[in-house]
Amino acid sequence: MSKTRHVVARVDDVPPGTRKKIAVAGRDIALFNLGGAFFALGDKCPHESGSLCAGKVVGLAEADEPGRYRLSRDGEFVKCSWHGWEFGIRTGQSWCDPANTRARAYEAGVERGAALVKGPYVADTFPVAVEQDYIVIDL
Amino acid sequence: MSAQTLELPRAPRVGPKEAKLGVIDCDIHPQAASPADVLGFLPERWRDYAKTYGGLYRQALADTLSHPRMAPDVARADAWPPTGGLPGSDLAFMQKQHLDANNVEYGMLMPLNRGPGNQRNLEYGAALAGAVNDWQLAHWVERDPRLKASIVVTQEHPSFAVAEIEKRAGDGRFSQIMLPPKSLEPLGRRKYWPIYEAASALGLPLALHVGGVNGYSPTASGRPSYYIEEQHTNVTGMLSLITSMVVEGVFAQFPGLKVVLVEGGVAWQPSLKWRLDKHWKRLKSEAPHLKRLPSEYIHDHFWMTTQPLDEPDNDGDLAEMFGLVGFDRIMFSTDYPHWDFDEPKFVVGKLRIGDDDLKRVLSGNARELYGLP
Repeated sequence: MSKTRHVVARVDDVPPGTRKKIAVAGRDIALFNLGGAFFALGDKCPHESGSLCAGKVVGLAEADEPGRYRLSRDGEFVKCSWHGWEFGIRTGQSWCDPANTRARAYEAGVERGAALVKGPYVADTFPVAVEQDYIVIDL
Repeated sequence: MSAQTLELPRAPRVGPKEAKLGVIDCDIHPQAASPADVLGFLPERWRDYAKTYGGLYRQALADTLSHPRMAPDVARADAWPPTGGLPGSDLAFMQKQHLDANNVEYGMLMPLNRGPGNQRNLEYGAALAGAVNDWQLAHWVERDPRLKASIVVTQEHPSFAVAEIEKRAGDGRFSQIMLPPKSLEPLGRRKYWPIYEAASALGLPLALHVGGVNGYSPTASGRPSYYIEEQHTNVTGMLSLITSMVVEGVFAQFPGLKVVLVEGGVAWQPSLKWRLDKHWKRLKSEAPHLKRLPSEYIHDHFWMTTQPLDEPDNDGDLAEMFGLVGFDRIMFSTDYPHWDFDEPKFVVGKLRIGDDDLKRVLSGNARELYGLP
């Protein structure tokens, strides 16, 4: 089945470092702005289905040996709102079980309103203005 | 090992809601929107006391958790009510997010706040227990009859506890008696027996939800460095608790007493039965009041709740361990709204057991134990 492009939010609605829960074609999706780039994950943790969007955006606490800690990759992970499993926002890959567990990731991008009004994009629930930038998701 | 268990088809199961299966949730934590909600039920003398002196636990920082734990207010990050207030404090939000969404037929309230059972001022503890019990009725049970209250008592002064139990006797809005397992002495000791005698005479189960503030170290050799270590003492605490109650002779004395262990895990229970039986065969002259195998007392007197579910890689291992515990002794629980909440659909998906056993675990055992329609 070919993918459809959905216009889901104005770029201004999701400033860097924030996230927004959106519904696209019956699916709940957590949309993240990571330093100006947009990423979209299914809003359902693969463990017990908790909301990722309701979780905290965090970095990693890592240690090469007991007692030597460092914080890294600040803001690159979302921690599930229930049991705290961490997922890479860029990929949906799980940090505690990277081989087997992954949150569903969708392609997200930015389009000018001028490009969108020409179609064939799905923007029926969202008014599009020519001069604005929009976040689009393909699914 | 039951071959039948492992041969069950692994086709995806639908969750309780889709299947119209109700669950009885044996662990729901109601929270007060503000301390005054509960303290308002105290007699005036103790309201003044609470305002002037406050609670006294066996730790610094009265009326707090022993440390911050995993998440603010130990809660799911999505359980903060949109109307404000603490997770678990808004009935309408609890109904929408949990009771209705997860098809909860009945929910057993487990109020943890302000710990009447651990107050050092025993008279205040007894008054507070009464206030927590009245608050459960007024704020929760009267407003949603799916919810059942637990009689909170001050176990360190058993005659106060018995008075509170007798005051609530015959009130069907209460389903059980709640004690903190972290008591000042092991709960099998005779000091506590008047509580068991009252429970037994009235046919009320005891619910022992992990926790309590007794001021002791959580491990036998001191305080661990990490919360993950302390979290696991929920299991070692339950092992000690069962051992104490069985070996001290509680069930030889009160053969009708029923005990529910809440949030302490399940899968470790078979090995405790095996080891106690083994030791008892060699050491029974020390405790000749035990007339039956420890494993028989354990099976007949203890019910265990599912959350936080043991999660082996192979679901068949879980089914096997649950079978060794006994499907008639395991009851579903979520721990809503706490951070280690278990979603009913997830538990149903993990339990690769026959449909009859599944129904027992989800609701049948609790319905029978608590005499619910």
